[in-house]
Amino acid sequence: MKKILSILMALALIVTCFAACGQQTQNDDADKQNANAIPAIAKEDIKVGVIHIGDPADGAGYSYAHDLGIQDMQKNIGLTDAQIVRKNNVDDKDATAIRNAMEDCISQGCNIIFATSFGYMDTAKALAEEHPDVLFSHGTGFESNGKNFNNYFGRIYQARYLAGIAAGLKTKANKIGYVSAYGTEMAETCSGINAFALGVQSVNPEAKVYVKTLNSWFDPANESAYAEALINMGCDVISQHCDTANPQKAAEKAGVFGCGYNSDMTKDAPKAHLTATVWHWGVYYTAAVQAAIDGKWVEFGNYYKGAKEGLVDVSPLSENCVAGTQEKIDAVKALYKEGTWDVFSGVKLSFNGNEIVKTDAALKDNAGNEIVPAGGASVEDSVITGTMNYFVEGVELV
Amino acid sequence: MITIINFLYYSIRMGTPLLFGTTGEIVSERAGSLNLGVEGMMAMGAIGGYCAACYSQSLTVGMIAAFLSAALGALIYAFLTVSLQANQNVTGLALTMFGDGIYLFVGRSLAQAGKFPLLSNYPALSHAVADNGIPFLRDIPYIGKLLFSYNIFVYIAIAVAILMWFYVMRTKAGLRLRSIGENPGAADACGVNVNRYRYLNIILGGGITGLGGLYLAFIVNGGAWNEFWINGMGWISVALVIFANWNPMKAIFGSFFFGMFNVLMAWKGNLSSAFPRALGWLTAIPNEFYQLLPFLITALVLIFASVKKKKKNVQPAALGLNYFREER
Repeated sequence: MKKILSILMALALIVTCFAACGQQTQNDDADKQNANAIPAIAKEDIKVGVIHIGDPADGAGYSYAHDLGIQDMQKNIGLTDAQIVRKNNVDDKDATAIRNAMEDCISQGCNIIFATSFGYMDTAKALAEEHPDVLFSHGTGFESNGKNFNNYFGRIYQARYLAGIAAGLKTKANKIGYVSAYGTEMAETCSGINAFALGVQSVNPEAKVYVKTLNSWFDPANESAYAEALINMGCDVISQHCDTANPQKAAEKAGVFGCGYNSDMTKDAPKAHLTATVWHWGVYYTAAVQAAIDGKWVEFGNYYKGAKEGLVDVSPLSENCVAGTQEKIDAVKALYKEGTWDVFSGVKLSFNGNEIVKTDAALKDNAGNEIVPAGGASVEDSVITGTMNYFVEGVELV
Repeated sequence: MITIINFLYYSIRMGTPLLFGTTGEIVSERAGSLNLGVEGMMAMGAIGGYCAACYSQSLTVGMIAAFLSAALGALIYAFLTVSLQANQNVTGLALTMFGDGIYLFVGRSLAQAGKFPLLSNYPALSHAVADNGIPFLRDIPYIGKLLFSYNIFVYIAIAVAILMWFYVMRTKAGLRLRSIGENPGAADACGVNVNRYRYLNIILGGGITGLGGLYLAFIVNGGAWNEFWINGMGWISVALVIFANWNPMKAIFGSFFFGMFNVLMAWKGNLSSAFPRALGWLTAIPNEFYQLLPFLITALVLIFASVKKKKKNVQPAALGLNYFREER
């Protein structure tokens, strides 16, 4: 009897032991989840810090576009002015200045920080480790940590396709100039040029796109000089992937037309501007802050959306555009909304009147190599991962 | 042919700010004052002249203000080096930073307040700085484009250069000026007021560089704010002085020659597609090379200039040396 009892007791001991162990591992899991999950932040406790490379007060360009997005977000979510801290003119090559600006935001109680320029990436990443309770969101980069540090960007190439339609319809010389910061060495510029050219070809298969690259994100003097040189080559529409409105002004001066970027440049060159490729950053900022309020930041993750969500678009068409431009652009926008077609696929768009006609055709680079077979799926991933490094047919670097 | 004409046309347009800078610096250096602050004086002239022109809506007022703003920078330099005998090189470098700082301070303050004047809002002024050229003459094929269709600054720059050549090389005052640059002690002994001449010529030269700054603001940068209006043009001007052998007449050709290197990156594609056989190789060279080209040529010019010493027209003997009567 004693023996049985002792065995029973020993068994009980072992069972409790295992149970305790089991309990222990469960606790571990719970701890881990708590570490990963970012608690929901009440709307009135939200405080947003924004780091700008320029000054939104300039009234045009990159920082201005981002600030419009922040203002949109403020309206949509319903935040007070005191809940937003702006840091302007923070040089994105000066790590100390970036750190100071961000730490100042944190000391003022910010719990979400939007870093809008590419160069802020490394500092934001480091600070995200030091401040696990603050959410960091970095624009146009590629780093994230799966917790409190994400990145955001968008399919701006989809909007460039739309601008290409406006340009392709407008050109008479069938020569379109394109002043770009960089060429094939950056997927962002490369995909923009390709999408624009494909947009042009959808309405005007004869037209060619001539690209000149600046080798700089910001070079106002050369931005004019490049546009002038392209106009002298016979180009009668000037598109751009650079910051200032100088190419549009040069186009106006020479009596030709153009497509701007970042903000509606019709006010800079009213006689020349057709439409600009623009960002609606408010779409992202609203979604991001809402995710923080809902306690779903980690699930929200990295953000890479496009025309479907309204993150990218073209500005209202100016009266310089030819008749029918709006209808054709709207038809392609409807395709984006359905999500049934994307730019870099083996399906070419053309128009019968204002009706879209889809044709299976291989996507080729300008050396004649096949990128996507006829009818093949879109290779838009190469834009996101940065591997797109070719120009499509009909694009020439000069 | 038309490509070549257009290329030269834009080279001259890009060379004009260099011509202002070089002419001004020659006047200063001929008096023995090596003023390295051209970049800073241009920046002061640019922001001062630009704002004045927009607020008054008059290009003439703008030009006068550009001259005076840059001359103010030159006055500081003159006071420090002539009256206080400060080292010329260090003072010039300090002036570069000071002028650049003034320019950024004024420009950024206005831009942040949303009050920076945009050229496009002033139609009369826009018309005044446009490439109007000379009526009738500009319609002559080829030659009209190349010679008679520039904005007014280009003609003023050439006129100023010729005027300064006449002043320095052909007038009595110019002779005294040159003598100060060569041997201030001897000039002093002849009764030339060395300090007064140096002051006058530093200020005159500085003011001329300011017009170059105004050109960069209006023409090259299109009359909108950015932080890179001058962008090294002042430094190229300093080097061009040596290229031009301290002669304003040669500065005209030197500046336009350098303007060519500044626009070559933009124009390489045009040139190579117009002349695929002769110039097709231009597009094969990476952009980075074109970006360094003006500075590379500058370095080469400095090397050649120091190796090949001509008997005539060499650098003023007293250049960079302060003159202090009691130390003779």
